[in-house]
Parts: sequence; structure tokens; C-alpha cells
Amino acid sequence: MDIQILYKSGLIIVILLLSLVIAMYATLAERKIAGFFQDRLGPNRAGIFGLLQPVADGVKLFFKEEFMPATADKFLYILGPSLTMLIALLGSAVIPWGNTLTIGNNVFPLQVADVNIGVLYVFAVTSIGVYGIMIGGWSSNNKYALMGAVRAASQMISYELAMGMALIAIVMMSGSLSLHDIVAQQHGIHWNVWYQPIGFFVFVVCAFAETNRTPFDLPECDSELIGGYHTEYSSMKLGFYLFSEYINMFISSAMIASLYFGGYNFPFINELGMSHNWLTIVGMLVLFAKIGFFMFLFMWVRWTLPRFRYDQLMRFGWKVLLPLAIVNIVATGVIYELFKK
Amino acid sequence: MFQVYLFLFLSCVALFSAMMVLLSKKPIHSVLYLTLTFFALAGHYILLNAQFLAVVHVIVYAGAIMVLFLFTVMLLNLNKEGQFPKTKLVKIIAAIAGGLLFVVLIGSLKSFDLATVSNPAVSQIGLVKNLGKTLFSQYLLPFELSSILFLSAMVGAVMLGKKDKE
Repeated sequence: MDIQILYKSGLIIVILLLSLVIAMYATLAERKIAGFFQDRLGPNRAGIFGLLQPVADGVKLFFKEEFMPATADKFLYILGPSLTMLIALLGSAVIPWGNTLTIGNNVFPLQVADVNIGVLYVFAVTSIGVYGIMIGGWSSNNKYALMGAVRAASQMISYELAMGMALIAIVMMSGSLSLHDIVAQQHGIHWNVWYQPIGFFVFVVCAFAETNRTPFDLPECDSELIGGYHTEYSSMKLGFYLFSEYINMFISSAMIASLYFGGYNFPFINELGMSHNWLTIVGMLVLFAKIGFFMFLFMWVRWTLPRFRYDQLMRFGWKVLLPLAIVNIVATGVIYELFKK
Repeated sequence: MFQVYLFLFLSCVALFSAMMVLLSKKPIHSVLYLTLTFFALAGHYILLNAQFLAVVHVIVYAGAIMVLFLFTVMLLNLNKEGQFPKTKLVKIIAAIAGGLLFVVLIGSLKSFDLATVSNPAVSQIGLVKNLGKTLFSQYLLPFELSSILFLSAMVGAVMLGKKDKE
């Protein structure tokens, strides 16, 4: 039993570090991809291919002037970015990063917590994600920051509903709320995306809105709100806000890959004739490749589409996505009853 | 033993933050302390082996209702002290209402038989599968009725919130 506790603690640390490192290099990837889309080079001065750029950015942020607005609520002003970072990192606890590794008599699952409410846990973490932004935006005591925070709150609550409805269709099909079961059922090429294309579309759009990425980055829309909720932030406190956006992107990509694209499953998994442990390792690499693709999708959309207007955003969430998700639930129920697997 | 420490810790957090909801000068601090109270209560639900209740508690109360509270407090900017007049009448009404609530709580605690409480760690009713089966078989009618009630409340809210077309 002790070895399992040690293993879990190790896994938690590895996943935390991995999230941070991936988020760090996602900032570089974003700038490189932006450069590619705009026909320029992107950062290439620090290290080969600009590989040291994230480190340089981090060091720069640490040494910038720490500024605190005189009228800010001091405690909440610091709590805002800390909470955003904390909640961004919480989501990774229930994602199955791979199947099990068997060493001797011990079976090590590559998942921190296989709780039987995994999907709901992720949903809960997303729903409390708005606190950091709201607290930060309000405590800055700046009207632009407040507007950004208010926008973030209404946007995230609106899109959470459609996201939850899309998840319900998945839960109806798999009959389980545990992410481990949902991924295990998508063995081989039986990925949920083939059965749930509408749900997948709704989920991805909502994931964009929940991470405040373009075309839904209204809370930090610079042409209207200067910087949105982080207008008054500087130094590493600003860094935390910017950085947690990339962690959220990573976790959302992992969720999309696990829920709709089979997680660590890949086609012809049984024909390879490899041992169980090797299959687990290959599966983990496949999962990370899928995550990489979805992170690229986030960046691709950001540098392709213009921003929505705020009323368009609200109308789209309530009048298009939510009805679509509800129709999807009804259709899933009818089809499931007609053609029981 | 670990669970006892956890219980004590969560209870302290819940009591402290519930007190701070009342004692804080700024409305926004009260709202945030209330959210903390909800989290502590969700922890209690997990200790009672009611995972579903815990996570729904977080989603509904901390994730939706408290965000709306925060939203309202921020928009109205209820930040200055003395915005609400504390007259004698208000104080007397508050004392009577609070006292009545206290009497009700004491009464319900007195009639509560502690001996019949089963060990929460053994109880499996809070797990999502058992809860769903019970809700959709034994308590199907009350469950459906309450969902109709929610639906009508939702429609009513939309009707009230809609601007008159003239």
C-alpha cells in the first residue's frame, strides 16, 4: 500500500511539472505559429529556434516592477492571480494519461484519481475557474478591469450550460461518470467523436469560451477594455494570469482528447503485438500527440478568426449552442434506444 | 484517525468563514467567505461518502449561485460602509428573526436521536449510481414534480426579466 501512495505523490508532482513546462513552451509555440500565419519569423533570438524565449520571458516578468494600485483591495488583488493558477492546475487530477503499468506484482495506473464522478469534477473545476478573474478584476478598482471581470463571469456561466449538456450526451452513451471508464470504452477506433459530432462541436466551442481564447476573448478584449481584467496587473502577477490561460488550454485539450478522441487509445491497438507496458507507453505518447493537435487548433483559430461582438457572443451561446446541445441529448436518447449496441 | 482530523479542520473552516460572512465590513468579503463555507461543507459531504452531493454542491452553489451574487455585488459596487441604514427597528426585527431560527434549531437538535445514526463510511447511498437508482425508482414522482417546479421557475424568471414590447 505504501508504494502506491509514494507512486501517486510522484505522479502528482510529475503531472504538475509537465503542465507547467508544456504551458511554458505553448507560449513559444503560440508566437511561432502567429509568426507563421502572418508570414514572419517569430521569436528566434534566444537560443536555437528561440527555444530559450519562455525562460527569458519568465525572468523578465520576475524582474519587472511590482505595482499595486493605491485604491486596490490588497488581499484580493493578490488572491486573484493565485486562485486562477491554483484552479487551472486542479483539473489534471482526473485525466487518465495512459493505461496501467505492471511492474512485478504492482499495477500502477497512469491517473491520479479514478473517482466515479470524474466528469462532474472537471465540470466543477471549470465552474469555479471564474473566481480568480472576477476577484482580480474587481479588486483592481478600475472600470475597465471591472468590465472585463463582469464579461468573464457572464460568458463563462453562459457557456458552462451548453458544455454540461454536451457532456450529458457522452455520459448517456458510456453509462459512467468516471473518465477512466469513458476512455476505456473508446477502445481502438471506437472514438466518441464518430457517435457525437454535434456534442463534440458544442464542447470545443465552449472550451474556447471557457479558456477566454479568441474568438471569445471578450474579457481581455484590448480594443475596448485596454487589457480587461488584468489591466492593473504587472510583473509575475500578470504572468500568472497569462500563464494559467495556457495551462487551461492544455487541460481542455486533454479533456477533448479523452472525451471525444479516445484518450490513449489508437487504431489497431491489438494488432501491434506489443506487451502491455509498451502499449501503455505508446498510448501515452499518442494521447500527447492528440493534445498537441488540439493546442494547435486553439492557436490556429486564434490567428484566423476575428473576435465576436459581445451581444453576438451571448446570442450564440444561449440561442444556438444550448438548443443544439439539448437536441443532441434527445437525439442521442432516441438513437440509443432504437439501436441498442 | 485521519478522517477525524479532517472533520475537525473542515468544521473549523466552515464555522470561521460562516462567522466572517456576518462580521465582514465589505459585502464582497462576505460573499467570498460564504463561498469558502460552501467548499467546507462539500468537504463534509465527501467525508460522509456522498461524492455526488459534494460535487453538485460545488457546481451549483459555488460555481453558479455565488458567482451571480458576486456579480450583483460588483455591479452595484456595494463597497461603502453605511450604505444600509441600521435603524432600531431593523435591529429589533433581526434579533427576533434570529432568535426564532435559533429556537427552531435547538428544537430539531433535541428531538434528533443520535443513536440511530449509521456509520457514514459504510453508507453507499451517496454514490452516484445508488442515488440515481433510488431517485428514479423509489422517489420518481417527487423528483419529476420538483423538476417541473424548476422549469416553471425558470420560465417565470424569463417572463419577468423580459422587456415589454410596446
